[in-house]
Amino acid sequence: MTSATENMMEVQDVTKSFGDDWEQETVVENLSFSVKRNQLTAIVGPSGCGKSTVVNLLAGFELPDKGKILLDGKPVTGPSKNALVVFQETALMPWLTTYQNVTFGPKLRGDMKAADLKAAAEKIIDTVGLRDFRDKYPLQLSGGMQRRAELARALINQPLVMIMDEPFRGLDAMTRQLMQEFYLRLCEQEARTNVFVTSELEEAIILADRLIILSNRPASVREVMEVDLPRPRNLDMLGTPEAYEYKRHAMEILHEEALKSFKGTSGTSDFLEAYSRRS
Amino acid sequence: MVEKTVKAPAIVRLFRDETFRRGVAAILVFLVLWEIGAQFKSWFGVMVPFIGKVAPPSAVVVRWLEVGQWAGYWESWYLSTGRVFLGFVVAQVIGIPFGLAMAVNKYFRGMFFPPFEILRPIPPLAWVPASIIFWPTTELSIMFVTFLGAFYTIVINVLGGARSIDIQYLRAAQSMGASQWDLFRKIILPGTLPSIFIGAAVGMGITWEVVLAGEMISGGGQQGGGGLGFFIWSSYMGGVMDQVIVGMISIGLAGYISSSLIRYVGYLAMPWRRMF
Repeated sequence: MTSATENMMEVQDVTKSFGDDWEQETVVENLSFSVKRNQLTAIVGPSGCGKSTVVNLLAGFELPDKGKILLDGKPVTGPSKNALVVFQETALMPWLTTYQNVTFGPKLRGDMKAADLKAAAEKIIDTVGLRDFRDKYPLQLSGGMQRRAELARALINQPLVMIMDEPFRGLDAMTRQLMQEFYLRLCEQEARTNVFVTSELEEAIILADRLIILSNRPASVREVMEVDLPRPRNLDMLGTPEAYEYKRHAMEILHEEALKSFKGTSGTSDFLEAYSRRS
Repeated sequence: MVEKTVKAPAIVRLFRDETFRRGVAAILVFLVLWEIGAQFKSWFGVMVPFIGKVAPPSAVVVRWLEVGQWAGYWESWYLSTGRVFLGFVVAQVIGIPFGLAMAVNKYFRGMFFPPFEILRPIPPLAWVPASIIFWPTTELSIMFVTFLGAFYTIVINVLGGARSIDIQYLRAAQSMGASQWDLFRKIILPGTLPSIFIGAAVGMGITWEVVLAGEMISGGGQQGGGGLGFFIWSSYMGGVMDQVIVGMISIGLAGYISSSLIRYVGYLAMPWRRMF
């Protein structure tokens, strides 16, 4: 390991607002957490809490207004191949084939010899089970295949951290389950640091070593849970009492946070008034 | 194993294609109705609107066979096609970089978009008088008006297409180490290609509309070699209605052939848009 620290990423007291001088909205406030090396850290939060902003900050697409983010001990100053995002829906280039998409990064940087790149790309495409679809364009792949191709495109760059931004959203239930199982195996086979952002609690619990629950907007850390389910895991473990207990506890917090977003708005008071009149 | 199949001749395969047969059937039905309407002038005592007043297709075909022997008619095709082609190519050559520059640079956009938007609603034909003053020859004036017809459509499509590229592609590429130039060359350019072809197809249609109007206004040479627009105008002035129809259909065909060509080039240039 290049650094002796146990943490691959450190988010220190980060605040981020959007808007102009007249109107500002703070989306992330005093956010602090760490991502441990070779672990999968899952981040969940109520919908609209600013998860996407957190992803953008981790990946360097946005820079914090206050606080800092360290990646392997060095501050994040912009996007880099060390923190790669696997996006919601798909961000495969539609005009490139699976193979061209996978080799996009290394080719761009020219940091791999042609022969090595070809071998590496073929191996990774094989790993994600797309050998027969190597020369197909994204539109010719199914939703699940597109996600796997995108995983391959990120993996070949050997990032220090893989940031998964709700990667399985929009897939049908069956495909989603298959992808979760596939991803579990992938993570357990090779040590890799992952940040997995999702709004699905069960998905987060079954994948994660640590679970970070965000508060309602502006997002900060509400709770950090160590998920001590044995590995190798499978989706059936969601039925165990331990998993259930994690889920119940996390659900309670999420529910509390989700309610906050309704509190104090005129909509709620109208609703409550109407409700009280009815009874 | 390679399966050996005897390929039917191209014309037979064409007629097996359902879309093609449907198109042919529709045109035939139209021609038959036109023929009947034009021959009898009235149906059950009711005057047939529009087509009751014009020559039947059979007469048009006869006229066409005659016209087809005139060098002037083919010269008109040649002249109009040349003007359309040149105006169109110049519009592409200037319009695509101009649209892309407005898309990627906000200073450039801030400066050039407002004047562009003021000039855009002016119909190309309103430019005819100015164009005649601007350019030394009639030929150049017509070409300029033709160029304007395609230019605005091309720019608007390129600008819109480039601006609507999903930011995730740009971010993904940036993370993987793309420079500004890489982003332009590897994301924005291919990402705009579909819009470039839409702009080209629409622009091509407008070019044909504009070139004919331009020719009608500016007139032609002594031998009637002023292009297809002038061909129609002079036929009308001579009172030869079936010849006007020959001219009209010629334009329709010319436009159809041009846009088919653009679609075909687009099909070749964007293999990722083919679904199979």
